[in-house]
Amino acid sequence: MKFRIYRYDPESDAKPRMQEYVLDFDPQGKKVLDALIAIKETLDESLAFRRSCREGVCGSDGLNINGVNSLACVTALEGLKEPIDIRPLPRLAVIRDLIVDMGQFYQHYKAVKPYLINLDPEPENERLQSPEERAELDGLYECILCGCCTTSCPSFWWNPDKFLGPAALLQAYRVIADTRDQATDERLDYLEDPYRLFRCHGIMNCVEVCPKGLNPTEAIGKIKTLLVKRSL
Amino acid sequence: MIPKRTFDAVIIGGGGAGLRAALQMAQADLKVAVISKVFPTRSHTVSAQGGITAALGNVSDDDWHWHMYDTVKGSDYLGDQDAIEFMCRNAPTAVYELEHMGLPFSRLDNGKIYQRPFGGQSQNFGGEQAVRTCAAADRTGHALLHTLYQRNIAARTQFFEEFFALDLIRDEEGYVLGVSALEIETGQPWLFEARVTLLATGGGARIFRHSTNAHINSGDGLGMILRAGLPLEDMEFWQFHPTGIPEIGSLITEGVRGEGGYLLNKDNERFMLRYAPNAHDLASRDVVSRAIAQEILAGRGCGPHGDFVYLKIDHIGADKIKSRLPGIRELSMQFAGVDPCEAPIPVTPTAHYMMGGIPTNLHAQVVTPERYGPEEAVPGLYAVGECACVSVHGANRLGGNSLLDLVVFGRAAGNHAIEYLRENTIPRPLPADASDLATGRLARWDKAKGNERVPKLRAEMQRILQEHCGVYRREDLLKEGIEKLGQVEARLQDAVIEDRSKMFNTARLEALELENLLPIARATLVSALARTESRGAHSREDYPKRDDDQWLRHTLYSRENDQLDYKPVRLKPLTVETFQPKERTY
Repeated sequence: MKFRIYRYDPESDAKPRMQEYVLDFDPQGKKVLDALIAIKETLDESLAFRRSCREGVCGSDGLNINGVNSLACVTALEGLKEPIDIRPLPRLAVIRDLIVDMGQFYQHYKAVKPYLINLDPEPENERLQSPEERAELDGLYECILCGCCTTSCPSFWWNPDKFLGPAALLQAYRVIADTRDQATDERLDYLEDPYRLFRCHGIMNCVEVCPKGLNPTEAIGKIKTLLVKRSL
Repeated sequence: MIPKRTFDAVIIGGGGAGLRAALQMAQADLKVAVISKVFPTRSHTVSAQGGITAALGNVSDDDWHWHMYDTVKGSDYLGDQDAIEFMCRNAPTAVYELEHMGLPFSRLDNGKIYQRPFGGQSQNFGGEQAVRTCAAADRTGHALLHTLYQRNIAARTQFFEEFFALDLIRDEEGYVLGVSALEIETGQPWLFEARVTLLATGGGARIFRHSTNAHINSGDGLGMILRAGLPLEDMEFWQFHPTGIPEIGSLITEGVRGEGGYLLNKDNERFMLRYAPNAHDLASRDVVSRAIAQEILAGRGCGPHGDFVYLKIDHIGADKIKSRLPGIRELSMQFAGVDPCEAPIPVTPTAHYMMGGIPTNLHAQVVTPERYGPEEAVPGLYAVGECACVSVHGANRLGGNSLLDLVVFGRAAGNHAIEYLRENTIPRPLPADASDLATGRLARWDKAKGNERVPKLRAEMQRILQEHCGVYRREDLLKEGIEKLGQVEARLQDAVIEDRSKMFNTARLEALELENLLPIARATLVSALARTESRGAHSREDYPKRDDDQWLRHTLYSRENDQLDYKPVRLKPLTVETFQPKERTY
């Protein structure tokens, strides 16, 4: 199998380059991560990439594969056009090879206060929540923070420092949608801003690439609706 | 001397245990650093699926005392009953606490936390099946890990993400004073000085070829403990989860059987009815794994090579599968090419969990046989979670007790460490050689010459452990395994890494991880050879019976000369009566 992989080591490379690899590999049932590991183990140990769970739940290995952001560990090799082009997630600074600096991405996540705020005294047992209320969190809480959505979003490419991006906004809505949270107003105040939220133009790249099948655009739309309702 | 940072406490590991302990300490206004080799939500806790066990009684009648009985029995009586009482008593509080933090538990119609049945759970000390495992669909670990990380953001815990811990700093009087660590992005080594050091580094099932574990599970804390001259407890006990996807290793939660799934052999027979006449498919994991292994050995396995069995769940209906087991459906389709709504999932026993680990007491203090007895606390050192052996799981862990272990003992460790820090306000001076062990290891890899490669040696170790120390063990196999492993260890001296870059050098990380995995593999083989009985997950073909007269005791393995010591099982609980060892049937 043929691969073209983005390489950059700031210690030895003046600028990034694409390196070709030919790997003797049966792709049947295998994922892109399997191939990356095989390249590292048999052809070139200096190829650097992140990986952890290898089953699509930890979010370590978001990459741009043949032009599409996806998780290497769940992207099947079969059916990918060769040479398979593998690059780091777009728009973030590259630390080395396929490893990007996620700092900005995590800052946006932290900025939405992605934790429950509830100032009532804690009851002795659980707070009650009906199955219907809990169902509101489905499609939101499953985010694995891989960054595939945010780094595929043109609004983020233009304003990476000011637009929070689909992942952080999805998490903002995850807490707003939780009946146990009491800070909706405070959260909406923070989001009511020409950049943080309103740079989303509904392009929906995020929905297309999310490896967990989540829909940040829909969540962003719901936040916008709440803002409109509040202003009436 | 390499540069230094100073904190009240340093926690190594950003999984559930580390984050729960960090939260406790950060909320007490202590200066806490969490060092993690991955961003915290990439930790292996994220892969836990089925749930966390607590006797809430939301679905069936329940009592923490019954949970305790089941855990003692599940441990094949090797678990320490004081620690088990502590865990089971505190379980409901720990789960409610998670709920208050925001964990999105699934819910029952009355609004309470959803619970599902899991293996080895009973009411009334061995009676009817209990329904005790609290779940957020089949993503409980993900929900738990993210919730704890979020609370730590709120508590302003300081994270050192992508720092790889190298070695403990210990002075002549035995106090642990922090840890050395490598900043992965830059290759810069650091000293983290702290009056409390807490290991929460997770398991090491990557010593096996087929494992449910993440790539990162290299048991780093255990390697650090052995290099510091401290022992590891009960390393012969590894849980083989009955239902991993063949070859790939990904876990298929016990919750599938909890929701009504069952196992089938190639003759379409529900073979668990034969092996566990009462509990059937919800017998303890060791029992189910052995049953599957037996079926495969008897030629009743499925597939062209007869090397797996089927897990059938489609009969509960697609709606239930999609709402209660959505993650399993996703995994099955991605990695086994099967939609469980339509067809059974191929599964096989897969190395999953390390019951042994760093010996601790129920405050999570690391204990070691020293001058005055077998369990003397190592001042300043704590261990929590899978890396620790407290021991609540004994010879076999019950499903759902692992997430519980993390939060109960993470909290307990935090509380005890807060006390310890109040009593030990003055930092002790770092020894002059504080960084030597770490810099020595780094320098060796920088200068290494030879023609051996890390991935090859790792693969050989994994093959040896798989073949010589699997579900069933035997003296000759184990001895041969130790000999073969010795050759791999010798070849490590000739291993090189060609990548000499300082920047995010993952080849170097894998070399350092292998230095942790290999001694864990050795500890496992040596301890398994010594234990001439079958108990829980340790099944000896040549010693098929449990032997309480000789072996109702914990193994302690030290690296020097492969020395083995033993200590008694704590049979006395904190307040209730001892559960006396008796024959274990399901």
